[in-house]
Amino acid sequence: MTYNFKEIMNKKERLAPGHRMCAGCGGTIAVRNILRGLRDQDQAVITCATSCLEVSTFMYPHTAWQDSFIHNTFENAAATCSGVQAAYEVLRKKGRVDGTYKFIAFGGDGGTYDIGLQSLSAAMERNHDMVYVCYDNGAYMNTGIQRSSATPLYADTTTSPVGKLSKGKPQYRKDLTAIMVEHNIPYVAQTTLFRNMRDIHEKAARAIYTPGAAFLNVMAPCPRGWVYETADIMEICRLAVDTCYWPLFEVIEGQWVLNYKPTNKLPVEEFLKKQGRFKHLFKKGNEQLIEHFQAEVDKRWRVLLERCGS
Amino acid sequence: MSIKDRLSGNEAVAIAMRQINPDVMSAFPITPSTEIPQTFSSFVANGQVDTAFIPVESEHSAMSAAIGSQAAGARSLTATSSCGLALMWEVLYVAASNRLPIALALVNRTLSGPININCDHSDSMGARDSGWIQIYSENNQEAYDNFVQAYRIAEHAAVRLPIMICQDGFITSAAVENIELLADRDVQGFVGEYHPESYLLNSKQPLAIGPYAVSAYCMEAKRAQLEALKNAKQVTLDVAKEFAALSGREYGLFEEYKLADADYAMVIIGSAAGTAKDAVDQLRAAGQKVGLLKIRLFRPFPGEEIAAALQKSKVIACMDRTESFNGRCGPLGAEVKSALFDAQLMPPVINYVYGLGGRDVTVEDFITVFAQLAEIEQTNDGGKKYRYLSLRE
Ligand SMILES: Cc1ncc(C[n+]2csc(CCOP(=O)(O)OP(=O)(O)O)c2C)c(N)n1
Ligand code: SF4
Ligand SMILES: [Mg+2]
Repeated sequence: MTYNFKEIMNKKERLAPGHRMCAGCGGTIAVRNILRGLRDQDQAVITCATSCLEVSTFMYPHTAWQDSFIHNTFENAAATCSGVQAAYEVLRKKGRVDGTYKFIAFGGDGGTYDIGLQSLSAAMERNHDMVYVCYDNGAYMNTGIQRSSATPLYADTTTSPVGKLSKGKPQYRKDLTAIMVEHNIPYVAQTTLFRNMRDIHEKAARAIYTPGAAFLNVMAPCPRGWVYETADIMEICRLAVDTCYWPLFEVIEGQWVLNYKPTNKLPVEEFLKKQGRFKHLFKKGNEQLIEHFQAEVDKRWRVLLERCGS
Repeated sequence: MSIKDRLSGNEAVAIAMRQINPDVMSAFPITPSTEIPQTFSSFVANGQVDTAFIPVESEHSAMSAAIGSQAAGARSLTATSSCGLALMWEVLYVAASNRLPIALALVNRTLSGPININCDHSDSMGARDSGWIQIYSENNQEAYDNFVQAYRIAEHAAVRLPIMICQDGFITSAAVENIELLADRDVQGFVGEYHPESYLLNSKQPLAIGPYAVSAYCMEAKRAQLEALKNAKQVTLDVAKEFAALSGREYGLFEEYKLADADYAMVIIGSAAGTAKDAVDQLRAAGQKVGLLKIRLFRPFPGEEIAAALQKSKVIACMDRTESFNGRCGPLGAEVKSALFDAQLMPPVINYVYGLGGRDVTVEDFITVFAQLAEIEQTNDGGKKYRYLSLRE
């Protein structure tokens, strides 16, 4: 497959400008690039969990979504999307819908890793022909940066604040992508905003056009919650990938494939030091915290290499 | 044409569903409604319906999926009881606010705790302010007939709201009784096809559902919803009239049983109305002027009509099959008293709580209630306004 960056970026926007997401929000960039995976002639119904994305893109009486869109609640985007998709199958058989429709659900990490995990797991197990996309910004941003099970170790959030007795979030993050792989669905992939968006684009297209259930986990930095200069987003994403904090891989019909192996694996502090949420790690006496963080990244990377046979 | 049969309430509702042949059913098992999705699944498995059945992992997802499928343009339904309805609570409001005419077969069961699988109305009464239309049934026949009428009310252009058809757990859901069914084609002709005006899968006009509404819009949205719910009253009557022409069975907003000249009136919901009618018959035979008003439509609440029907009653008993934990009255008692107050009627109203968690209620119990009403009138002493019936003290 050839990837023509200019052509892909010039596709008609399906998420119109004028919404109220923060400038430079990784979530919006992720969503627009996922939607570019749709073929122009196909229609879509988008489902969205309550999140920054939802409350900022569909404020009555305006919507930024060019396709049909449904927001239900925080924890049920997957179940809602499964209902829409089931309706499509029945109505199509009855000759009551025209054209080809695709079904994409978006949820934040809170709506996906945490409160919506049950609904997601079940919709994937039922293997609905839909794509669930988690835009993972590692905290409940919409309600003011509270920790989630996707929040990385030691991150400073408003419910895992750094204090006299606290070094930030004490737990490691949940590996949701691996959990979704264990559902044995046709396609699972992890991606982020990397280089010229080729990785996210190809995975989106593949997920959308794979029959059956697909899950995409997209790391989507939040300048507000991660505390970095908005313009640095692509650099932050590159560092996440080059430190192997956020590896790019996909699992196609059970086959693990590593999409990118850094020639020079960087120390994780390169990724951490760019972000205000980790600034306490760089205080004197906290060196061993970065070592813990590094050890966990290395462990997970080794497991991934084994799974991918690389 | 009617077909005589012997069915449980659950079977009867499942058959109504088969005859309606909806587009999507999403459901999760819970006693005593489990039999409905089970029976319906066998219809799906045997090709007797064209419905997509979504075997979800919870009632929250059952309602969430129904919201998705109904919004997509598919006639959708589910069935549940008790904790299942409680788990749906959040999304019941969303279904109503999005004006989605989903039908829900509710088989009433008490809410935990203590956990108990038997009938009372705490589940549906807890959801009474969620914006759903609520219709209650006394027996299998009514459960069936009400379900056949459900979509005609819910989908009406002036209404477009979800509807809950309630029947009493076990008492009617499991008991097998004689029933008259309509022919499949008569039900299909009566219910008609679903052609929504706006829906997600309309390729000519995309739709966005479930916005964030700031304070400048939110209140108007709720008010518009109320107007639609109020319209359901007249629509319920109109649909009942058409249904009577088809079936010969008549329904209104409520049923008046020997009420017109009754000095002592009882207001009641659900299967216990049958038992209470026996009590009325016995007392009438003994020359006492007693009567009964059985609620059919609880949301919207036909307060003016009920007050008018009760205007000659000297003492009234309101029978609540749930505890409202306000220390004063149950939900039915509160509604009836406020309706009477607005009509400037001030008879003594005694609110009884009965039948919680499946506690048996007998003809004798209801005879006791009427005796207490008579005593209140004779002694001019209302005594306690809030009482428990057949409680083991
Ligand atoms: C049942 C329920 N609990 C809590 C909330 C409040 N709430 C809305 S969005 C949100 C956090 C969303 O976090 P995430 O899914 O990570 O999306 P983000 O805003 O970070 O993009 C919370 C806690 C809610 N809407 N519903
Ligand atoms: S708070 Fe973060 S996630 Fe939310 S819109 Fe702003 S940048 Fe995006
Ligand atoms: Mg988040």
